[in-house]
Amino acid sequence: MEVPFVLLIGLFFSAAVYLMLSKFLVRVLLGVVLLGNAVNLLIFTNGRILREVPPIIPAGHDVPKALTANPLPQALILTAIVISFSFFAFLLVLVYRAYQDLGTDNGNEMRLAEPENDPLPPTGY
Amino acid sequence: MLPDTMGLTFLAFCLPFLGALVAPALTRILGHNAAWPLALVPAAIFLHFLGFNAEVARGEIVTGGYAWVPSYNVSFSWLIDGLSLAFLLLISGIGTLIVLYAGGYLKGHPHQGRFFSFILMFMGAMLGLVASDSFLMLFVFWELTSITSFLLIGFDHAREAARRAALQALVVTGGGGLFLLAGLLLLWNVTDVTQLSLLMSFGAEVRASPFYLPLLFLILGGAFTKSAQFPFHFWLPNAMEAPTPVSAYLHSATMVKAGVYLLMRLNPVMGDTPAWETILPAFGGLTLIVGAVLAIRQSDLKLMLAYTTVASLGLLVMLTGFGSQHAVAAAALYLVAHSLFKGALFMVAGLIDHETGTRDITRLGGLRRAMPVTFLAALLASLSMAGLPPFFGFLAKEEIYAALAGGSLRAVAFTAAAVVGNGLMFAVAFAVALKPFLGAPVKTPKHAHEGPALLWIGPVLLAVKGLVIGLFSAAAHALLTSPLASAIAGKPQTVTISAVPHLGLALALSVVTIVFGIAVFLFIDKARAAANRLVEDIGWGPDRGFDQVMTGLVRAAAAITRLVQPGRMEIYMTATFAVIALALLVPPAVYGEWPRLPVWPADMPFHELAVMALAVLGIGAVLTARNRLTAIVALGIQGFCVALLFLLFGAPDLAFTQFMIETLSVVILALVMTRLKLTPRDHRPLREKIPDAVIAIACGLGFSLYLLKVTQGRFDTALTDFFNLYSKTIAHGANVVNVIIVDFRGTDTLGEIAVVMVTGLAILSIIRIRKGRA
Repeated sequence: MEVPFVLLIGLFFSAAVYLMLSKFLVRVLLGVVLLGNAVNLLIFTNGRILREVPPIIPAGHDVPKALTANPLPQALILTAIVISFSFFAFLLVLVYRAYQDLGTDNGNEMRLAEPENDPLPPTGY
Repeated sequence: MLPDTMGLTFLAFCLPFLGALVAPALTRILGHNAAWPLALVPAAIFLHFLGFNAEVARGEIVTGGYAWVPSYNVSFSWLIDGLSLAFLLLISGIGTLIVLYAGGYLKGHPHQGRFFSFILMFMGAMLGLVASDSFLMLFVFWELTSITSFLLIGFDHAREAARRAALQALVVTGGGGLFLLAGLLLLWNVTDVTQLSLLMSFGAEVRASPFYLPLLFLILGGAFTKSAQFPFHFWLPNAMEAPTPVSAYLHSATMVKAGVYLLMRLNPVMGDTPAWETILPAFGGLTLIVGAVLAIRQSDLKLMLAYTTVASLGLLVMLTGFGSQHAVAAAALYLVAHSLFKGALFMVAGLIDHETGTRDITRLGGLRRAMPVTFLAALLASLSMAGLPPFFGFLAKEEIYAALAGGSLRAVAFTAAAVVGNGLMFAVAFAVALKPFLGAPVKTPKHAHEGPALLWIGPVLLAVKGLVIGLFSAAAHALLTSPLASAIAGKPQTVTISAVPHLGLALALSVVTIVFGIAVFLFIDKARAAANRLVEDIGWGPDRGFDQVMTGLVRAAAAITRLVQPGRMEIYMTATFAVIALALLVPPAVYGEWPRLPVWPADMPFHELAVMALAVLGIGAVLTARNRLTAIVALGIQGFCVALLFLLFGAPDLAFTQFMIETLSVVILALVMTRLKLTPRDHRPLREKIPDAVIAIACGLGFSLYLLKVTQGRFDTALTDFFNLYSKTIAHGANVVNVIIVDFRGTDTLGEIAVVMVTGLAILSIIRIRKGRA
């Protein structure tokens, strides 16, 4: 059952990396969103996949009745989703503000901190 | 011996640092007269170590110390034998005079207190260096002398020449210290001991070790840089930028001898091998000649003395490595004699400079009436340096010739080197001592008169000591030089030479040296011109080489920084993902750990496959979207598909969160992106697309293969079982996922909330900045 997931996750990673290799920050941003989903699915599949039985203990029982989905990866992913959303939002605002101030979303044209022709450090004493 | 000798010795090692602590405050109160109380520090140390003299003269070795880091077998321990004691007495004795001299020399200088502090710190480092028993202590004090020397040379830090000289000394000697560290570590590895006193019995093992040659090079790397051996000699003359008390103390009498000390200390362990007896005399002899020739070239008193110091150090290294009994005795004698006369002559040079305003020998003359005491000190010291009887220098020189002279080619070559070197130094000695004082008075920048007592006490005492030791050589040998020679040789030695000339080869060579020296002295102006021409013809020297290396270092660092930090994000990203792809793909290839060929599951229902296919379509649309709205919507498609997958595979909580987040993301993206005049279209030309695609596909493939391998392995359910078992019974929650989040991993969730909050604040402030500026 994992095989289709494995292929899908490979595709997610490839697309995310390809987008993040762009010099345009908006595309990098899209890549970051894809990468978040790719990683979440990776964790999910790592914990093995089981269909349709959420890890909920029925009323009147102390432990789950039958075999349920693995709760641990779900808990981890739940945290990861929120964190990657925060990251996405922060990056988006950065890109937006950079565009407002510098007039570009091309990372290579943003040379304010590292100017293109930085002079040599002094060689005297 | 008193029972608390060990405590007192420890105190003696700490005292200079305590003195350094109070020196600035004391100088603020007493002015230059602070030199008197501060000189008590080295004087007390001198007296304390003088107390060991009787024991050491009997051939005993005094050791002591405290455990420092017992778990690593590191101790603060000392070893006082003839060699250490001679150095300890020289350092503290000359140190006393130097502190007094500095009181007069830097009188009224705004930073005199700081100077006292530095020089006392140096004294402490140097005392520790020569008395250290443990390797680590030796190294620590070795580097400490480099650092304090840096501070002292750069004392006049407003001048660029001083800054350059300080940096140069630090780079050369500090770099050499790293060689020493490596050498000591290797010694530790070879012998398994970390103390010099224990090392002495491992001589045969060290010499037979296959690591002997690398060990020798590392130790010599430390010793030759510290003791200014050719081709590392250049930093020493430049160090003359320091105030004269520093030149007299560090760069003639003490610190530069640390390298010689190290060689002498290791002579019983590492000496007596063909490599040792070839490399040391060869470099020493070369340094002797180079130093003497360069000394003739100078007309500045301090530089002349500095180059003769280089030559003398070469002579000492040559003798240490020569490998005969007489050579060891000669090295011991010359070591002490040189410290006395060179310290005195440096102080004389400083005194002349201080009182007349110049130290250029061509602008000085006829000072004997104006400065009679200085003249006396200069004359006595230079007679010792020239090696005339009955001075201490004569004993050393006789012993040197007795040691070197012989019939073999090697003996003849080194004897010739010694005669030439000594002859040139003879000429320099008299040039320094006679030229400024004899002849008709020359008008000097300042009106010349005798300096204050603080200034002439030191040189006079040192110079007189050179005469006294020469006259009472028997006592001096018993107390000082015989134990010193024994320690260098590693077996008992008796030095017997006296100031009464004996007819023989050694005396004949002395006469030759003196005749040669007088000849050079008489024609010193011509000799200077000839030496100048020679040096100018050679042109390039290691001093200029140092500048080239330093400039090259800065340029290379800048070039490397530009290469790895070019400021282009795509390069960082490409490097990062290429490494990730390699990390995922190379190990399975190397270890043959590929996953088994997977089997397509037969029981995948249509709707699950359809959701996956939809996700694939969404990704494709993001990659190829022509306008931004399409891209945003496509991003939403794959996000909702992921949510649906979570829903279908037993994770309703995830699905719910994912739906919320995706909706929010799409809304926010749409809001922001419509404000940017951008197209999300890919602008990459094909030649960029292909490598990017290769890296991307390699990463995707890597993650797929990794995941496949993991899912084919055994699954450990221990944690899952734990949570299933206890989430109701302990944490009283039916939804296991929620219980994990809020209970079992509650702190983690708190961290997550904090991240979200910080991000929110950051976003808020980034947006606010603009309003503030507008």
